[in-house]
Amino acid sequence: MTDGALSLDPSVVAVILAMAAVTVLTKVGGIWLVRQVELGDRLEAGLSVLPGAIVIALLGPELAAGGPPEWAAAAVVLGVMWRTENILFALCAGVLSVVAFRALAAGTGLPIA
Amino acid sequence: MDLDSEPGESSDDLERPSRTDEDARDGGEGLDPATAVDSGAELEREVGPGPGPGSDPDPDPDPAHITFGRDGLRAGFLNCLPVALGVGGYGIAFGVLASQVGLSVAEAALMSGTVLAGASQIVAVELWADPLPAATIVFTVFAINLRYSLMGAALQPWFERLSPAKVYGSLYFMADENWALTMRDLRAGNARGAFLLGSGIAIWLFWVGATILGAVAGELVGDPTRYGFDFILAAVFVALAAELWEGRSTLVPWVVALGTAVVAAEFLPGRWYILLGGLVAAAVEVIRYDD
Repeated sequence: MTDGALSLDPSVVAVILAMAAVTVLTKVGGIWLVRQVELGDRLEAGLSVLPGAIVIALLGPELAAGGPPEWAAAAVVLGVMWRTENILFALCAGVLSVVAFRALAAGTGLPIA
Repeated sequence: MDLDSEPGESSDDLERPSRTDEDARDGGEGLDPATAVDSGAELEREVGPGPGPGSDPDPDPDPAHITFGRDGLRAGFLNCLPVALGVGGYGIAFGVLASQVGLSVAEAALMSGTVLAGASQIVAVELWADPLPAATIVFTVFAINLRYSLMGAALQPWFERLSPAKVYGSLYFMADENWALTMRDLRAGNARGAFLLGSGIAIWLFWVGATILGAVAGELVGDPTRYGFDFILAAVFVALAAELWEGRSTLVPWVVALGTAVVAAEFLPGRWYILLGGLVAAAVEVIRYDD
């Protein structure tokens, strides 16, 4: 660690604070907007599919960019989730299996072998 | 402050015939929406953000009982700890990356503490160069994080009775992971408004702490893919998808979101595809809605 560890360059700090400002804007902006207007049933129906739609929109390309190890691990998470409904189990199983599947795919064998 | 003496329980549970776990699992493919993942199915009728056709928005029992107390704060914090640990793995990677492009430990920590949006921060430091391309960086961060607007809006049905200070204060701490956990908790009918804040604080602590560690340690830590940390976000979202599945009614919006996102990811830069996928699915639902 250099003695510059605590240095704060004013222009760097300015960019960071601008980044923080636009991020806060995005985080509060959506709910601010929908709090301003009275939502009709129709709009509310649209809003109600948002959580799942966002999850799928985020997940789809992410998994598509992965390979068989990620797909298999995703299937493990899904399976464990369905059986146990315990998110912690599902996450642990997913992470362990992605490491194992990647090792398999790389041809190095299972780490535990 | 604490009205939720029986988290996870509701009067509606008592009125419904009880089902066994097997019923719920076997019927997962969904002829009947009530046979989806059972914790979700149990409560979808009452806590689903959109009141069904013909129902009055007012006597929506659950969001009305939203609380904002220490209970939710604590539950959020504890539930998020394992996930925050994974976020910490990423924070270390970010800290290493930031130190490599010349940010000081203090600057990296400041960024993590104030911006608190992992993907956009990693992209930002990748754009870091000597004459600082400030406008490019700030705009890119904005574009990457625009998805948070949709995520925040999705919380509105539960948050509408909370004061602006609580809502906006909590949203400051919103990240992908704890938004996912919070949606899950709210949909389970717990109505703990402080869950987002509690889980966000866990994320913040690990993210900032790990950033400092990473920035100090420099290159000591290898890449997070070695330990599968990079898969945690995907795993959280797969788990969440399993719970959000409500049977056939979910199919159309999800297929629309998936198709839009995969195509958009191909042709658009950054993370516009998340926003677009969510928006198009919601728009299609608004059009399809028949009253």
